[in-house]
Amino acid sequence: MVNSVLTPGVTSSRLSKDELAGNFSDLHPPLDGHEALVAADRCYFCYDAPCVTACPTSIDIPLFIRQISTGMPESAAKTIFDQNILGGMCARVCPTETLCEQVCVRETAEGKPVEIGLLQRFATDRLMSEPHPYKRAAETGKQVAVVGAGPAGLACAHRLAMNGHGVTLYDARNKAGGLNEFGIAAYKTVDGFAQDEVDWLLSIGGISQVFGKRLGENLDLDQLRKDFDAVFLAIGLGGVNALGTEGEEKDNVDDAVNFISELRQSEDLSKLSVGRNVVVVGGGMTAVDAAVQSKLLGAQHVTLAYRRGQEQMNASGFEQDLATSSGVTILTNVQPLKVIGNGAAQEVELGYTKDDGNGLELTGETFRLPADQVFKAIGQRLDLDDSGLELAGGKISVDESGKTSLNGVWAGGDCASGGDDLTVTAVAEGRDAAEDIHDKLMNS
Amino acid sequence: MANLASNFVGIKSPNPFWLASAPPTDKAYNVERAFEAGWGGVVWKTLGEEGPPIVNVNGPRYGAIWGADRRLLGLNNIELITDRDLYVNLREIKEVKKKWPDRAVVVSIMVPCEEGAWKKILPLVEETGADGIELNFGCPHGMSERGMGAAVGQVPEYIEMVTRWCKATTRMPVIVKLTPNITDIRYPARAAHTGGADAVSLINTVSSIISVDLDDFAPQPTIDGKGSHGGYCGPAVKPIALNMVADIAKDPETPGLPISGIGGVTTWRDAAEFISLGAGNVQVCTAAMTYGFKIIDEMTSGLSTWMDQKGIENVADFIGRAVPNVTDWQYLNLNYVTKAKINQDSCIQCGRCYAACEDTSHQAIAMKDGRVFEVIDEECVACNLCVNVCPVDNCITMERLAPGTVDPRTGQKVDADYGNWTSHPNNPSAKAAAE
Ligand SMILES: Cc1cc2nc3c(=O)[nH]c(=O)nc-3n(C[C@H](O)[C@H](O)[C@H](O)COP(=O)(O)OP(=O)(O)OC[C@H]3O[C@@H](n4cnc5c(N)ncnc54)[C@H](O)[C@@H]3O)c2cc1C
Ligand SMILES: Cc1cc2nc3c(=O)[nH]c(=O)nc-3n(C[C@H](O)[C@H](O)[C@H](O)COP(=O)(O)O)c2cc1C
Ligand code: SF4
Repeated sequence: MVNSVLTPGVTSSRLSKDELAGNFSDLHPPLDGHEALVAADRCYFCYDAPCVTACPTSIDIPLFIRQISTGMPESAAKTIFDQNILGGMCARVCPTETLCEQVCVRETAEGKPVEIGLLQRFATDRLMSEPHPYKRAAETGKQVAVVGAGPAGLACAHRLAMNGHGVTLYDARNKAGGLNEFGIAAYKTVDGFAQDEVDWLLSIGGISQVFGKRLGENLDLDQLRKDFDAVFLAIGLGGVNALGTEGEEKDNVDDAVNFISELRQSEDLSKLSVGRNVVVVGGGMTAVDAAVQSKLLGAQHVTLAYRRGQEQMNASGFEQDLATSSGVTILTNVQPLKVIGNGAAQEVELGYTKDDGNGLELTGETFRLPADQVFKAIGQRLDLDDSGLELAGGKISVDESGKTSLNGVWAGGDCASGGDDLTVTAVAEGRDAAEDIHDKLMNS
Repeated sequence: MANLASNFVGIKSPNPFWLASAPPTDKAYNVERAFEAGWGGVVWKTLGEEGPPIVNVNGPRYGAIWGADRRLLGLNNIELITDRDLYVNLREIKEVKKKWPDRAVVVSIMVPCEEGAWKKILPLVEETGADGIELNFGCPHGMSERGMGAAVGQVPEYIEMVTRWCKATTRMPVIVKLTPNITDIRYPARAAHTGGADAVSLINTVSSIISVDLDDFAPQPTIDGKGSHGGYCGPAVKPIALNMVADIAKDPETPGLPISGIGGVTTWRDAAEFISLGAGNVQVCTAAMTYGFKIIDEMTSGLSTWMDQKGIENVADFIGRAVPNVTDWQYLNLNYVTKAKINQDSCIQCGRCYAACEDTSHQAIAMKDGRVFEVIDEECVACNLCVNVCPVDNCITMERLAPGTVDPRTGQKVDADYGNWTSHPNNPSAKAAAE
């Protein structure tokens, strides 16, 4: 350890390897067998359970919990995977506090929901250490192109392969997984789980992967439509919104998603650089993740600057608490005005904002924060030009089953309209599109 | 402050909680620590004949069923009577009684069904200064196959005979411990009464197979691939024991026969229930085996606080207080009409009442928009199932329909007068009501 949290500027090795390993260990350690039984026993097996409705993939939660409590975690996992083949990742990354656990009747009753996420992980971990549980239906002879190997693309490819279709899975990167591999906070998915999950999922067979193919660059939608019986687009949101402030081009003013992606791919966190004073601009999950992980890497002061009030932050209460308990300072109603520095960032000037019902306005009062590093996390956008696809709200316009405006082309996940930008939503959309494609291919 | 002191057939103890004859009472070391912890008395682990002690299995002896968080609900055992030398036990009993004169020390005995065997052991026990004896006619396994324990307890004539021998031989009070493994508990109790017993104690363990190992396909606890039936006890058997205690308490043929209540006593409340159904004191085994001697603190303080709240000064004051209210089904008031009522403020919308009622033939709960659950009075038969399955205490209550109002289910006015099955028009053998 050459440096410390006090070392000025942007540098690596602020913490020892042991400290880093501790900081980036499992955020929610798995339940052991006894803990799982105790947690499972709290489920009331509700009639028409609200948690099932709240889950975007509609997992039969009371059933799988009952299967855990009767000593059948493998059957529980089957119940989960039947609805959500990425149930393992979702168990780790779903903001359950705003999904299933939020509507748990025990949350209503005692403010302490059944630990659905942890129980889901308990079950899925059991089955994922065994051979892949699904078999493919007889080959249909149909071929489907899936573009983008994130959760939406993977869920779609798996369901298609299971239904007997041949799938070619394209991705611009050199690895599958999408944001599971490059985006999700490191402490939510430890020990290479994302890649293990991809391998386990693909072992159903019938899916060939082609990397380094970017739609709009070296992959053409019209050609795909000609070569395949159907196309599913799941390219996520590749573009990053700019701040549009003076000094944005200075060194060490970076996209939060790039920082996180580098962190996720790093073999040795002590080689990763981070500023002593970090300012993250944004109020969503990405902003929180960038802020928390900066802190965990050894930044001394990390400030999350959000331009609206706390109620409007996209990050859930749980995420905000995680940030503050990690030592991140959250400032609300502040907006960056310029980045100051000679070549590299040194300070950020921020202005206070208010909203009296006429939209967001600056109050005129300003202040400066020291900032060796500034992360932009104010949203991602679709990165796809002239595809001929109709858009809605900046995303590919789709109907309920994922059909786009182009015949034979479906889309789902973050790149498609409708639904929250969450892993679990992407899985649901990929799965449903696959069923619709299957229906189309077999019945026309 | 309530007075917990107990006098059971002349045997005095500072409280009505005795440890039942079982492993916790097998030796002086245990019994003394139990007394230090505050137990009112013990029934010493059952003694057998002079001679080489019996042997127990050397594999597992106990099996269990559990509730949430592995809370032990039922225990099953295949253990036999004491496996220590008779004279070691007798010497220790004598020492303990001398050291703890204010505590009850009763000695459980099981010897073959021959007069000579009983005549031989009783003076030895008497010599220890013990306060009384308990005849173990209850053990359902191991000993019964040798013609002892439940083998005797299942034949009322034997009970009467052995009880008579004992009464004729010893000055000590004789408590006859009954097995629940019979069809009607009143018969063995009557036999004990006729034989001159000072009291009965019940229940001993219920014959049981607690579980089956599905890999070995053998009952558990499994010993080298085999298992045998054992005796079931603990919280799960309490309802069975309560019913049997009440049966005896009500029986006109055994009026005033003192009863020592046993079976699943785990808290002060269980004890209070046994005593109100006619038990003069209670004995505890599984709870002490599960949690240790210290639970006596909760039992005595709970019972004493409850008695204070009720204004009951002495334990004897509420013995049997619930007995007159134990009646037969045919005498229950059919004009007592209630309806379930769901308190919407405490309802957490789990829908369990709905699933239960809907799938249990009554269809008397409506599920409305927004997961609002409401009772349909036209359909509710007042079965109480929704109350039983509701996870929230007191959320669903059974409310009585005032006499004179119309029961929307039957369309009939609720009769203010008591009316039971014996005079009901639908009863073919109804006794015509007096004109
Ligand atoms: C930092 C961060 C943290 C997050 N944390 C959480 C969380 O904790 N919980 C949660 O539920 N959600 C979280 N999310 C959201 C979640 O990751 C996404 O909603 C989800 O990954 C969307 O899946 P997708 O398959 O639609 O897209 P992606 O996961 O983005 O996958 C898209 C794939 O397409 C590839 N691709 C992109 N463009 C092209 C192209 N033109 N041609 C070919 N391939 C292309 C990409 O390489 C990628 O593999 C987070 C997002 C971010 C950015
Ligand atoms: C391991 C074990 C051994 C027992 N041994 C005897 C015994 O030797 N003599 C006897 O009369 N009852 C014996 N019993 C029965 C208990 O005294 C008691 O009647 C029964 O367990 C019910 O009470 P409980 O529910 O409090 O355990 C034994 C019970 C257990 C669990
Ligand atoms: S008391 Fe029985 S019949 Fe009435 S609502 Fe409840 S469950 Fe249904």
